[in-house]
Amino acid sequence: MTSLAAGVGWHDIVNFSDYGHLLPLVRNSLIAAAVLGVLGGVVGVVVILRDLPFAVHGISELSFAGASGALLVGWSVVGGAFAGSLVAAALLGALGIRARDRNSAIGVIMPFGLGLGVLFLALYQGRSSNKFGLLTGQIVAVDSTSLRTLVVTTVLVLTVLAAIWRPLVFASLDPDVAAARGVPVRLLGPAFMLLLGCAVALSVQVVGALLVLALLCVPAAAATKVTASPLWVPVLSTVFALTSAVGGTFVAVGTSIPISPYITTISFVIYLVCRLLGWVRGRRGWIARTALEAGAAA
Amino acid sequence: MRQPLAQAAVSAATPTPPAATPAGRVVPALRMSGASLAYGDRKLWSGLDLTVEPGEFLAVLGPNGTGKTSLLKVLLGLTPLTSGTSEVDGRSLRRGNPDIGYIPQHSGFDADVPLRARDLVRLGIDGHHWGVGLPRPARRRRVDELLRQVRATEYANVPVGHLSGGEQQRLRVAQAMATEPRLLLCDEPLLSLDLHHQRLVVELIDARRRDHHTAVLFVTHEINPVLPLVDRVLYIIDGAFRLGTPDEVMTTSVLSELYGAPVEVIRRDDRLVVIGSSDEAVHHHADDHQHPHRGRR
Repeated sequence: MTSLAAGVGWHDIVNFSDYGHLLPLVRNSLIAAAVLGVLGGVVGVVVILRDLPFAVHGISELSFAGASGALLVGWSVVGGAFAGSLVAAALLGALGIRARDRNSAIGVIMPFGLGLGVLFLALYQGRSSNKFGLLTGQIVAVDSTSLRTLVVTTVLVLTVLAAIWRPLVFASLDPDVAAARGVPVRLLGPAFMLLLGCAVALSVQVVGALLVLALLCVPAAAATKVTASPLWVPVLSTVFALTSAVGGTFVAVGTSIPISPYITTISFVIYLVCRLLGWVRGRRGWIARTALEAGAAA
Repeated sequence: MRQPLAQAAVSAATPTPPAATPAGRVVPALRMSGASLAYGDRKLWSGLDLTVEPGEFLAVLGPNGTGKTSLLKVLLGLTPLTSGTSEVDGRSLRRGNPDIGYIPQHSGFDADVPLRARDLVRLGIDGHHWGVGLPRPARRRRVDELLRQVRATEYANVPVGHLSGGEQQRLRVAQAMATEPRLLLCDEPLLSLDLHHQRLVVELIDARRRDHHTAVLFVTHEINPVLPLVDRVLYIIDGAFRLGTPDEVMTTSVLSELYGAPVEVIRRDDRLVVIGSSDEAVHHHADDHQHPHRGRR
């Protein structure tokens, strides 16, 4: 690997002189980033509502194991990523009714998955950029076939999620009353885990297993810092994730560093700004009661 | 200061007429006959015959693990009866029955939960429907009306995690009233509230009962906050139960017989105190209602 200390100049990393020529070449990558941004922004909201960031991380490690295993034996990497993800999601969905059980289960599954993945990659004789990409992302390598898979799966996941959205939110925030009102609370949890498994598998191939949280958690967490509205949280989260993913791709095109640091940096900055805004707003009385006149006028 | 708004709210609201059924044809809010519930070998209660009329206030008392919460689960259609039958408003039990409003005990929300007061109430209206549930003016008006009824307009847009326990429980009352229920099931709704809010929540539940003839089934381990309202008491202990007015049930002899141990009931003004070997069982119920499907954290 190159490093700044070894005498490599700044221009070797950042070079925007051919930017105009490069952009058409990464058209697929930009579309992929946008699609993943929307997916991550929307799915991330439920991840935050259900307190699942750690589960996302666990699922992504198993997805990584699946993908690297597939790479080793020459099967489809996409299929491997999905297999790993869905196995993890099904396990967690079956085990994890309570957060405590779930978190320790993840703590057990995660290192095993990561270890398996590292083993498979160590045994793999092919191109090393394939190896590294599974951990840190390789959005530049998106071809038309994988783009189609990405779009179709994303549309499917978002459609199902839209269909179960309201009862899922109810069951996530207020499980006892939701059950009393007839919401199938015990089915919705595992159902969402499977959707989450799909979302993670898609994201792993593009942003890498280590950084999935940048799209599936950070934007939604940022959104909840500035609003508590059930409408605006998903909207803002999607805008934030889209900005991080597409913005990260745009910057990455002009540089030689993998895409993920850009995505993580942009989403982290958005989070910091939201936190600051939320703090300022809280101090100015965002959470204060409205005056009665205002309440009556609303 | 609050008065003009409260008055406006009353005139703006469209009160459902009190159960205007002609005399002699009143459908009971709840009827159970020969009902029993057992988990495996463990029999919680059996042979329960119970009729609750519209507008009646029934307090359900008893020590830990006697199946008070299970009774609510049965009525909510979440647990089947082992034997016997049960009807709410003349219809057999089912899940998600809009004739039933459910007020849980206060459980608290984290400060950063993205849910405002109005959103919690709104979940009671259509939270169980499939789909995304985009904003609708009619639903918003309904939420505003419910918020006014529990005097929560002032904090309608505050995230629930920033509200006090009492404020949250007022929202629970509004949430439970969203479907215009014929029967309100209350699962220790006053637990961990201060006296002021206990009174306020009881007042709101009672207002619903008086104005709409909604029957109330109130599970509690502390009868005093609701004693003036209680029409009848259902006292359950170890599979045995006693049903009657507070004066009939809350006596030294009846409770001693139920507990199978000497218990003394002291009545002073509007308060009842139960003293005896059962004291512990009577007053330590806080852990009784950890619902197994709590999935949040």
